Amino acid sequence: MATHRISLTVNGSTELLDVPSQMTLLQMLRDKLALTGTKNGCSAGECGACTVLLDGEPVNSCLVLAVECQGASVVTVEGLAKDGVLDPIQETIVDHGGVQCGFCTPGMLISSRALLDRNPDPSEDDIREALVGNLCRCTGYNRIVDAVQDSARRQAGKA
Amino acid sequence: MSKHTPPNIPHPIGDSVPRVDAQEKVTGAAIFADDIQFGPGLLYARIKRSPHPHALIKRIDVSRAKALPGVKAVVTGEDFPGLTGLYLQDRHIFCRGRARYVGDPVAGVAASSEAIAEQAVTLIDVEYEPLPGVFDPEFGATPEAPLLHPDLGDYKVMNFIFPQPGSNVSNHFKIRKGNVESAWAQCEAIVERTYRIPHIQHVPIETHIATARVEQDGKVTLWGSSQSPFAQRSLIATALGVSPSDVQVIAPYVGGGFGCKAGVSMEALAVAIATQVRGRPVKLRLTREEEFYTAFVRQGLVAHFKMGCDKEGRLLAMQNRLYWDAGAYTEYGVNITRASGYSSSGPYDVPNVSTDSYCVYTNHPVGGPMRGFGMPELHTGLEQCIDELAEQIHMDKVAFRRLNCIQGGDTIVTGMTMHPTGLNECLDKTAAAIGWGHKDPPSAPNKRRGKGIALMWKAPAMPPNPGSSAKVALNEDGTVTVSVGGQEIGQGSFTIAAQVAAGALGVPIENVRVATPLDTNYSPYEWQTVASRLTWSMGNAVAAAARDARQQILELVAKAWNEKIEDLDIVDGNVISYKSEETISLNKIAIYGIALPNDQGWIGGPVLGRGSFMPTYVTGLDPETGQGPRAVVHYTTGAQAVEVEVDMDTGKVQILRGVSAFDVGKAINPNMVRGQMEGGFVQGMSTALFESLQLKEGVLQNPSFVDYRIATATDVPKDIQSIIVEVPQDDGPWGARGIGEHSMVPTVAAIANAIFDAIGIRVGAPPYTAEKVYLAMLDAGLVE
Ligand code: FES
Ligand code: FES
Repeated sequence: MATHRISLTVNGSTELLDVPSQMTLLQMLRDKLALTGTKNGCSAGECGACTVLLDGEPVNSCLVLAVECQGASVVTVEGLAKDGVLDPIQETIVDHGGVQCGFCTPGMLISSRALLDRNPDPSEDDIREALVGNLCRCTGYNRIVDAVQDSARRQAGKA
Repeated sequence: MSKHTPPNIPHPIGDSVPRVDAQEKVTGAAIFADDIQFGPGLLYARIKRSPHPHALIKRIDVSRAKALPGVKAVVTGEDFPGLTGLYLQDRHIFCRGRARYVGDPVAGVAASSEAIAEQAVTLIDVEYEPLPGVFDPEFGATPEAPLLHPDLGDYKVMNFIFPQPGSNVSNHFKIRKGNVESAWAQCEAIVERTYRIPHIQHVPIETHIATARVEQDGKVTLWGSSQSPFAQRSLIATALGVSPSDVQVIAPYVGGGFGCKAGVSMEALAVAIATQVRGRPVKLRLTREEEFYTAFVRQGLVAHFKMGCDKEGRLLAMQNRLYWDAGAYTEYGVNITRASGYSSSGPYDVPNVSTDSYCVYTNHPVGGPMRGFGMPELHTGLEQCIDELAEQIHMDKVAFRRLNCIQGGDTIVTGMTMHPTGLNECLDKTAAAIGWGHKDPPSAPNKRRGKGIALMWKAPAMPPNPGSSAKVALNEDGTVTVSVGGQEIGQGSFTIAAQVAAGALGVPIENVRVATPLDTNYSPYEWQTVASRLTWSMGNAVAAAARDARQQILELVAKAWNEKIEDLDIVDGNVISYKSEETISLNKIAIYGIALPNDQGWIGGPVLGRGSFMPTYVTGLDPETGQGPRAVVHYTTGAQAVEVEVDMDTGKVQILRGVSAFDVGKAINPNMVRGQMEGGFVQGMSTALFESLQLKEGVLQNPSFVDYRIATATDVPKDIQSIIVEVPQDDGPWGARGIGEHSMVPTVAAIANAIFDAIGIRVGAPPYTAEKVYLAMLDAGLVE
């Protein structure tokens, strides 16, 4: 199987990797970099558990080939907290009880972060639309929606 | 400080503290089964599965697969003669001679990569002789049906399960209370209905994952996504013929269980394959497609109800015939059949009840426990019949339920005396919150609104003697480590363990750690993380362990201070004396003990509290009548109400509001209790509107998230209210009983009743998809 050498930034650090042509970004993160926070719920682009930021945009990393990420910047759930300080969305999802089993949580956090980056003041419907590709079987979603709203408020308060 | 003025410190019991696992889960640090690193020695397993729902296996040729470079082992049923099963041992690890459902494992491969394993599977040649199948449980129970388990009479079975050898009925549970036949004549109204509840799937977002390693001496280690590490230890030991203590199960966080990761399913496959490549870990990960039909599914049900009441509305009689479509193997399903039988009156006081609950082998995917354990399926039809009875005698549906619902002191369907319960309070609060009796205008002229309500009850369904145990150890910094064998599957059990330990010992919640992951070599025994039993049963064990530690600490300090234990207390992590007003922090005495004056030595030492709990009072039931003094440990009861809007142009049902009220005895963590109520409501709503496994001649037509839709963030009503009712459980920790499963039990019925209220049609079996509702309206001439 052909392998390709790629360089990219993952959570702010530069990585130089040899990846097989069929390897997905999800596999690369989990198997090559041991960044196992990003989850695999379907390998088919249908659950959102594998959501990461690719050059700032939320993508299902199970649908992206690693070789396509040459020169890209990737942010995973492990990259949300900086220097031991949690991202506001990581705090509010806990405060609002939006975490149960936690398997959807990394994808939810990344999709929420992406939404707040492009729209710091989303309506409730904006939030639900932004999360529609992230399946959660435990929480019933409302507490996650509340957390995103609260996070937007906290960010506005700081700005 | 005196005993009469307790210090102003929040008590950990009843406080909505944040989850103890939250930090790990939001930073990506939490380890799930797929995240464990095994290094380059790891082998990957894939499974060859039967494409036929029922077939004899004439020949298996694995030679081509074995010859493929990178393949390390190929196994078939020949290699594993043992039978396994929780309540009924009816299952081989791999098929032996006969395949009984589409997906039944026929052979397994271990290879150096997943791709090679996948390719090897295609190189296994199997010759089948297809047989006629059973796809309907009612037909399956007749003598005409093809026999799926000719050896049923030889299977090992627990003494409260009653298989009927020579048939496909693997359990027949009966209730005979009063005299149903003579009661019908006194009824003013009688409702007779059949409900067909489809199979559904649990759909945890994490699929099943197991990695197994077998040493040269036969010792087994299994790392898996598991609700039942201890049950797996024992079931796998039985299947392989080794000692349970030579099996170590390590179970990290579970990414959603809902029952499907209870007992043993695909884990046995990984272990079996690993026996052929000793010393190397073998990992098996179900694809999403496999998850849909080769792990446990929720059984289908055909339910016939007949019930009647007098003209005042008093329920007089109920006759239920339940045919459970339990699938190819019913090792777990037999107990769902039993549980639905002994609770078959629903939460009502009915003098005459006759129930026949049959567990039937079919050539469908294997039925297993799912959130509610038969109760959502039962209540879906039963609570609609209750509505219809009330309509027939022109009685308000809430008043009808208030008149008949179960209360403390009633003699319930099995003859047991009901304990105090807050069902009436749940009913009234739910009705008030939904605005019962008041109809708002629809949001558009082409829409119609309706409200519906439903009650529920459910007892933990388990053997009479499932045990729990716990350890509480004091660390040198004064913190406490709690060890339990109950699993964290999202329901919050680790947080409850921490709160109970903190409350019973007298330390702040921040000072409690929970030992993870679960490991059968180190964690104390727990039967299984099922039945909504942990808060109650494991909670009792943790409380006992914490009190044991507390007693050890107080004895030590009393000796050191020369005081009486009765004058001492542990508050906020300090031992205090109400008499001498002395105080000492736990970190001063943990591990190293207390020095006696004048260098006379030390007393004390490491403190380790231990506790266990097992119910001792559950009795057997008469096999002919289902009567006995105490069938179950307790019932959690509750009510749900919804307001819906039906779009007359499309048939789309929109849930506008949902209200739940459940009697949880005592909410140890009210926020988490409400989280369970909300999550369960939405899961119930999802099954009501969208979900069914479409099985055609045993072949699943929709094994993907595209074709099997579950509720998303945009489907959920903004207004979901959760009301906590607390009538204490006499033997629960601080009065607590379970809530995890109950919250999806009445949901489908409440929604169906609301749809009827909106459009005057009983749409029948769920799911109430737009298409189904529209066609029903067309049939009824409501639209054209
Ligand atoms: S794993 Fe990528 S969307 Fe499900
Ligand atoms: S918290 Fe379990 S899937 Fe979302």
